[in-house]
Amino acid sequence: MIPEPYASIINAIIYLLLAPVAGGLIAGIDRKVTARMQGRVGPPLLQPFYDVGKFFEKENLVVTTTQNFYALSYLVFMAVAGALFFSGGDMLLVIFAFTLSHIFLVLGAYAAFSPYSHIGAERELIQIIAYEPMIIITAVGMYMVTKSFYVGSIVQSTTPIILYLPGVFIGYLIVLTIKLRKSPFDLSTSHHAHQEIVKGVTTDFAGPNLGRIEIAHWYEYVFLLGVVYLFFAWNPLIAIAAIIIAYFLEILVDNTTSRVKWQMTLRSAWLVAGTLGVINLGVLYYLRMVVVP
Amino acid sequence: MTYLAKSPWIIHYDASSCNGCDIEVLAALTPVYDVERFGIVNTGNPKHADVFLVTGSVNDKNREILKNTYDQMADPKVVVAIGICAASGGIFRECYNVMGGIDKVIPVDVFVPGCAARPEAIIDGVVKALGILEAKRQAMNDRPAAAAKPAGDSV
Repeated sequence: MIPEPYASIINAIIYLLLAPVAGGLIAGIDRKVTARMQGRVGPPLLQPFYDVGKFFEKENLVVTTTQNFYALSYLVFMAVAGALFFSGGDMLLVIFAFTLSHIFLVLGAYAAFSPYSHIGAERELIQIIAYEPMIIITAVGMYMVTKSFYVGSIVQSTTPIILYLPGVFIGYLIVLTIKLRKSPFDLSTSHHAHQEIVKGVTTDFAGPNLGRIEIAHWYEYVFLLGVVYLFFAWNPLIAIAAIIIAYFLEILVDNTTSRVKWQMTLRSAWLVAGTLGVINLGVLYYLRMVVVP
Repeated sequence: MTYLAKSPWIIHYDASSCNGCDIEVLAALTPVYDVERFGIVNTGNPKHADVFLVTGSVNDKNREILKNTYDQMADPKVVVAIGICAASGGIFRECYNVMGGIDKVIPVDVFVPGCAARPEAIIDGVVKALGILEAKRQAMNDRPAAAAKPAGDSV
């Protein structure tokens, strides 16, 4: 048995090395399944890797050189957030690093002068405002069940967290659509290359910078699906099945809905956080405090 | 084959086409032809694109836009002129406002003939352009200083 501090460092290193591979494969499967849903053959499974490989073969075209810094910071903080998560760190710190990485993306979009880029940055901020309450409620809910904010303790808990937090889980799946940049909430940019309003936050990123943003998305995929795992952590097999079903549902929703306005995104994200999330936590509080003191 | 040829992203600009060639370009993206099989994606952003598809002839109004879009693309990049209008001005070449083919404004790598060009011919033209794209990338690697020069000055 590896001693605890080493185990968490090893987990973090494994995440840093393998998450881009896993994230790229998830993106490839996503594009393939999407194509089949649309009656097309679709690109090869490894297409996301070809795309990113190509980005690094292109010229690094920037409007201002600060864009390089912001794109790199986005990638670094996303990797740090995921590494903290997989090393069993504090959920609240993970969420903080996760949000910070998106702030760098917004700043990068604001650094360029294109109006499309600015629209993307504004929409990205709105999306952060929309999903943040639900993400915090998820962390608080896990704390109420397991009495710990540490991912290491949550994952070792034998309690089936999903049975205590069904509302929080559904709410999390809904904000996951925002986070995976899928329809109907793909406002600021889309995980598909083709999108209107040119391409939102990524409008003024070209070549290697776009590649860094894409790799950050892969890190993000693995981290977000890792949170889905936590809900089912008492049984790894069920957890993996839940991740596959959750991701398939996201692809299905992506292909069957049209994009909504930002007002609707904000309203629906806050509505699920305010109803499903808060009521779930309220019931949990009542059961713990009143029924079983 | 490098990654560039496996993932050519396209931007399509209608200079002053009658829409015949544009419909054929978009037809290539439909499930019938499904060019995403080859990693080809239709982007709306010149900064993300590698292949510039232009339909229609160039005139005094849109020459600026055509040049600007071309200049915003990151190197290496290729231009495919689709249809006879983009090649020479076609039946519009005698019009007082028409300058002629798009090679009057930006350097063209592949001409796809036809009125309208067929989707198969367009896909063939893009595949030909990929060879040129790869050659340009190698040239860019050999001469990094030359690649840094402002785009479009070879006109």
